[in-house]
Amino acid sequence: MKDKGKIIVGLVIFVAVFTFPFWYNHGAATQAPEPELTEKAKKADKCVEETAYMRKEHMQILDEWRDTVVRDGKRLYVNASGKEYMASLSNTCIDCHSNKEKFCDKCHDYASVDPYCWDCHTYPEEKE
Amino acid sequence: MNVSYLYSLLAVIVLGLIAYAGAVVGLEALFGIVIPYLAVLVFFVGFVNKVLDWAKAPVPFRITTTCGQQKTLDWIKPSPIDNPTTTVGVIIRMLLEILLFRSLFRNTRVEFKGEKISYKWVLWLWLFAIMFHYSFFVVVIRHLRFFVEPVPFFISALETVDGMLQIGLPGLFISGATLLGGATLLLLRRILLPKINYISRAADYFPLFLIIGIALTGILMRYFIKVDVVKVKELTMGLASFHPGIPEDGVSALFYVHLFFVSLLVAYIPFSKLMHMGGIFLSPTRNLANNNRMKRHINPWNPKVKIHTYEEYEEDFREKMKEADIPVEKE
Repeated sequence: MKDKGKIIVGLVIFVAVFTFPFWYNHGAATQAPEPELTEKAKKADKCVEETAYMRKEHMQILDEWRDTVVRDGKRLYVNASGKEYMASLSNTCIDCHSNKEKFCDKCHDYASVDPYCWDCHTYPEEKE
Repeated sequence: MNVSYLYSLLAVIVLGLIAYAGAVVGLEALFGIVIPYLAVLVFFVGFVNKVLDWAKAPVPFRITTTCGQQKTLDWIKPSPIDNPTTTVGVIIRMLLEILLFRSLFRNTRVEFKGEKISYKWVLWLWLFAIMFHYSFFVVVIRHLRFFVEPVPFFISALETVDGMLQIGLPGLFISGATLLGGATLLLLRRILLPKINYISRAADYFPLFLIIGIALTGILMRYFIKVDVVKVKELTMGLASFHPGIPEDGVSALFYVHLFFVSLLVAYIPFSKLMHMGGIFLSPTRNLANNNRMKRHINPWNPKVKIHTYEEYEEDFREKMKEADIPVEKE
């Protein structure tokens, strides 16, 4: 059959497209980002929950806070060890993590996550 | 009774448990580096090999199973897409087939309505198939965010559209739900419809269970038993940039089950019905123009036959023919 040429062109395109991640990165090693902590966050040592838990679940906590605060008007959050916090993104989270670019954005950009927090909230002026 | 699906289900469960146990006892490098690389290698070599094998098969004659009127006399309206005679027509037919699954759209079901036989137009298979394939496509594109750095615009744009419902956090991706739904519906179709069940084999069920397994573990990791996404990307970026490594912690055994299922699926493609991914481009009933009457297609394995045309015959015997009053074409 005379279509062998076409089939080989098709195969070349297939391999080129499907190996996209391999050639897009040029084989360059990348470093996973390490979010930077402000002095205040370092001093506090612990976030509202354990660090490992926060890394995986912080979005869930924020989602729950939004619902309890906006819909039920409850501002009180009690963590796993019984400590009380005010449920507030602007007053509690950002009180320590006042460096969005070096904290939030680092992992979010790396993992291609685009949270819609700032559709409603305004981020206060960044300070180290 | 058709037990094929039980064997396939059992196989997928056992394979999942193997990966889970492997990750728990510390074989992360095997399930996170060695097997994925092997799977990708098997996929590319197997895929190319299979297509080249198909390319060798001679197609001496146009196979014209068509769904429309062939081009013929001027006053009979031809069907240029369903029964194309030109390359453009073939390309349109192929695009409609690949992008819109036109063959499935024509699906009918034969039934007896009392004494009478009926052929009912049934769209469910087409609907489930299109739902499943496009969801899977979007899911695969979305997953590229774990394999490229920086993440290109088209991936984040797709994520925004896919997550536009903004349900919960992490936000629900529509494609994940429709992938699981589509695969489940296709599976139920094989289990519940007696006629389809009768012709279904383990090779039909296994990929479906495997894909359902992939979707389930993925959904679990995103919404329920979360993993540290940054650590996951550290591992996958290592694979994509040929600097493999296993991050210290934060990647659960569930992730290795997911990755093992994906590796299995990828390696399984060239040897299974999933090869329709490449095969659809080589469907002789779809990609050949119906020009049997316009062009001479010579069978490549025909032996060389010495032919003697009428012109040559007349050349040899013209004088004798004239004497015998046989009409000749050339004087």
